[in-house]
Amino acid sequence: MKERLEQIKAEALKKIQDSDALDKLNEIRVNYLGKKGELTAVLKGMKDVAEKDRPKVGQMVNETRQEIESVLEEAKARMERAVLESRMKNETIDVTLPAKKKNMGHRHPNTIALEEVERIFIGMGYEVVEGPEVETDYYNFEALNIPADHPAKDEQDTFYINGDFLLRTQTSGTQVHEMEKGKLPIRMIAPGRVFRSDEVDATHSPSFHQVEGLVIDKHITFADLKGTLTEFARELFGEETKVKFRPHHFNFTEPSAEMDVSCFKCGGKGCRFCKGSGWIEILGCGMVHPNVLTMSGIDPEKYSGFAFGVGLERIALLKYEIDDMRLLYENDIRFLKQF
Amino acid sequence: MNTALSWIKAYVPELECSDQEYCDAMTLTGTKVENYERLDKNLEKIVVGRIEKIEKHPDADKLIVCQVNIGNQVIQIVTGAPNVKEGDKVPVVLDGGKVAGGHDGGPLPENGIAIKAGKLRGVESNGMMCSIEELGSDRNMYPDAPEMGIYIFPDHVQVGADAVEVLGLRDTVFEYEITSNRVDCYSVLGIAREAAATFRKPFVPPVVKVKENGENINDYVSVEVQDTDLCTRYCARVCTNIKIAPSPEWMQRRLAASGIRPINNLVDITNYVMEEYGQPMHAFDLDTVAGHKIIVRRAKDGDEFQTLDEQIRKLDKDILMICDAEKEIGIAGIMGGENSKITDDVKTVLFEAATFNGANIRKSAKRLGLRTDASGKFEKGLDPHNAEAAINRACQLIQELGCGDVVSGMVDVCQPMKEEARIKFEPDRINDLLGTEVSVNDMLDIFKMLDIRYEEDAGELIAPTYRQDLGCCADIAEEVARFYGYDKISTTLPNGEATAGKLSYKLRIEQKARDIVEYYGFSQGMCYSFESPKVFDKLLIPEDSPLRNAIVIANPLGEDFSIMRTISLNGMLTSLATNYNRRNKDVRLYELGNIYLPHQFPLTELPEERMQLTLGMYGEGDFYTMKGVIEEFFDCVGMKKKTSYDPKAEKSFLHPGRMANIIYDGEVVGYLGEVHPIVCSNYDISARVYIAVLDMPLITKNATFDRKYEGIAKYPAVTRDISMVVPKNIMAGQIEAMIEQRGGKLLESYQLFDIYEGEQIKEGYKSMAYSIVFRAKDRTLEENDVTSAMKKILNGLESIGIELRQ
Repeated sequence: MKERLEQIKAEALKKIQDSDALDKLNEIRVNYLGKKGELTAVLKGMKDVAEKDRPKVGQMVNETRQEIESVLEEAKARMERAVLESRMKNETIDVTLPAKKKNMGHRHPNTIALEEVERIFIGMGYEVVEGPEVETDYYNFEALNIPADHPAKDEQDTFYINGDFLLRTQTSGTQVHEMEKGKLPIRMIAPGRVFRSDEVDATHSPSFHQVEGLVIDKHITFADLKGTLTEFARELFGEETKVKFRPHHFNFTEPSAEMDVSCFKCGGKGCRFCKGSGWIEILGCGMVHPNVLTMSGIDPEKYSGFAFGVGLERIALLKYEIDDMRLLYENDIRFLKQF
Repeated sequence: MNTALSWIKAYVPELECSDQEYCDAMTLTGTKVENYERLDKNLEKIVVGRIEKIEKHPDADKLIVCQVNIGNQVIQIVTGAPNVKEGDKVPVVLDGGKVAGGHDGGPLPENGIAIKAGKLRGVESNGMMCSIEELGSDRNMYPDAPEMGIYIFPDHVQVGADAVEVLGLRDTVFEYEITSNRVDCYSVLGIAREAAATFRKPFVPPVVKVKENGENINDYVSVEVQDTDLCTRYCARVCTNIKIAPSPEWMQRRLAASGIRPINNLVDITNYVMEEYGQPMHAFDLDTVAGHKIIVRRAKDGDEFQTLDEQIRKLDKDILMICDAEKEIGIAGIMGGENSKITDDVKTVLFEAATFNGANIRKSAKRLGLRTDASGKFEKGLDPHNAEAAINRACQLIQELGCGDVVSGMVDVCQPMKEEARIKFEPDRINDLLGTEVSVNDMLDIFKMLDIRYEEDAGELIAPTYRQDLGCCADIAEEVARFYGYDKISTTLPNGEATAGKLSYKLRIEQKARDIVEYYGFSQGMCYSFESPKVFDKLLIPEDSPLRNAIVIANPLGEDFSIMRTISLNGMLTSLATNYNRRNKDVRLYELGNIYLPHQFPLTELPEERMQLTLGMYGEGDFYTMKGVIEEFFDCVGMKKKTSYDPKAEKSFLHPGRMANIIYDGEVVGYLGEVHPIVCSNYDISARVYIAVLDMPLITKNATFDRKYEGIAKYPAVTRDISMVVPKNIMAGQIEAMIEQRGGKLLESYQLFDIYEGEQIKEGYKSMAYSIVFRAKDRTLEENDVTSAMKKILNGLESIGIELRQ
């Protein structure tokens, strides 16, 4: 009996080894382990075995079955693996063929620059607000300490609708709107479109964008202004950026300053980009003029604040190295797609 | 403002610094240096030489061979210049030297022109004699230079000396950007005062003492100011025995460096004092002043006047004139008259130093189209005190330079002058504002340098009259900050109450809109807010449409930019046209921008500014593509209610059969459609263009970022497909409305999955097929639930003339 089992096993294993396809393995399974298979036949012959030997023989049959099964499984796994390998080999694709794209649209470089600016100031606790583009003379000039005869009010720079209404020349009017709401402290930025009577050329546009900033609270200092805008410049142009504050003049701030950043193209050594100076002018800023606070109903004895204004196009042109402002308003898709 | 550094140093004698140091330091204290240029740039190894001997060149008719004494030796130079003769002293550039430019006076090369010894037509030449152009200047600045040819020095110049030095070119010209509040710095003295304070060196202004001839000014001239509102001060002095001659070289050099052409001693003195004191002066030939009387008054409307540039100017009643007893002789603060012009025969000069209303001068100059150096200064509003100092300085120079004699006294018609500003000195408040700890003594030191006096008893600071910008504590704080150093102030962050950073709700919706339409391939464009009134015709907008009631800009850049848009389409179509014209394929653009809707005319309140989301495309995609974008957008901003489309949008600029109003929750929130072929052709686009416009205020009103989870269906759905033959005039919207209306509570969704018109379908009909899904939230549906719902739907469809296909 034992010999018989050994013989079946050897025969089966040999056949398994020789087989080269999954259906052959299946045939072997049927022939040896199936209902009409050899091992089953052996089991059927158990009735001829002595009662006391039956458990032992049964065990032997089972062991043989398990051995064959396990070798079969192994062979099957190996073969399936081989089939898979060969299928995958045939499925090799040319990964350098063109991609299938959704062709997403692109944001305008101004908007990308604005979102950068917004992200930085929102992170510092600023609210983003807006003001009207058609403004009154009061909000655009008078409330900003720009008296009736100031040259900035000259028709040359301002588009007027009539004596009282005009297209705002700066976003600074939003400072006044915000202060008049009477809610303190204030930390806001106000992006928006502004208008000046400049003919269109590579560096001028009669319509462009600014971002106004205003902070009003108790004990706000010029040092706070410097700290905030230094932080802003480093976030926007990189950690290595150096800043320089120069005295300047704006009617609605005192003291006033302009902020330069070290040229991000040459790192400050001087190049064509920064006209050899190593510095690039970025924004105007200053401590809110006490007259402006008073006119907007805030007591300059108790509160102080700082304000700043950034030209968005200027940031976009510098940051993305766009050499002609007209490109920003032509909306040529080949330009927009680069952002 | 351009000024030679040597002129500044004349008043700050101890100033010693490199050009770059000067530039940086001045910029940091607020006198911004825009630029500076060395006048001796690329001028190397140039000396004064004397031509000892001139011989003809043996081989060239147009060349001569000169023996030139350069002090320590005599060198041979070959030249083609026609103007030199033996004994002339000339600038000579030696072998290995450099000049700034060519003899043609063209643009100067960046690195100059190197000069080397060599042979000219076989004859050795060891250097080059220079023209003024080769030295980087021109005849405007050196009027004594010959027109073509070598510059010839006056005889007193020493042979062998540094020619660049002799010409006054060892100097640097600085260009400053002066801020409008610092009127005092539009003068050499003003800048010198700032330089002295910046470098903490003594400021030494010129000492003005006038040697007078003892005659009485009142015997010469009288002055009457009639319009005192426009003329705050009028100072007049008279000089006699005028001898017109060139001004001294030092004066010519300083003027030239400031970009002012030297003319003669009298003109140069007035220009010199204008630069030095920032006070424009005018000189009249007193013999042409009728009645020897000056009257300052307004012109009359319609008067005409010939200015000294020989132009006839039309006057009006707001232009201030300088007149004599009979006639007008000058436009105050802008330009003198032809009739009182100084000529070389002048004997007696009347000097005027006056101050006028700055705004009036600015407006007058603008109306006249005549902006002069003088008006540019007057329009800033000058300090009346300075006028007297300046006129005395001019008289001093007349006398000292031998130009004439000065009549004693000055006629001075002066309105009460503004008192000096007194400002409470609050050192703590200054430090609080700046975030600094500057000591009181340091502050007082700064004030002293700036001529700001401190009255300890009153605790007040007194600003000099020329500092019209100082009026309050913040102004004083700026002075402290400037000279303490903006760069020394620390950098801190505000530490008050914390505030939440955020976008406004409107801006959040706009940001979402950008995200979604960009996902659908639309790129963001930006268009102008103003456009041409012709746009309405281009868009076929009817004559009586309220859209034509646009705000008009009173002073536009031209008709094309003259009205504020009331509809956003023109910008979009123009941009698409630009792309189409440039052969860009499959273009999709969007714009987020305002339209401006006035409430009434004339404008008495702000117009309504409504943000419009405008989408436009041509190439790939159609009406339904656009519709899909709109619906996805609505979905993403939480607009989950019913959106429907009304084809009766009645937009003149859209294809009559391919347009719809977008109706959300019963309200029109925008429209979409194919652009009318005529409009397309008006914009030169020969493709089908689709647009959609959403009114963002209405979107913002309906949008929400609130989301509530509704659970995922637990029980299976049952789907029924129906196929119909539908009369062509019945729209999908009607069928869907019927399905919704009749589907009952169990109706979950429906979808059109096939639409066909053509051969197998009878004329006037189309075939449509819908898949309708039913589901109950709480149980598995039974057959008769669905059958009865379907029956209602089918009955309804049949009632509007739809045939069901089995």
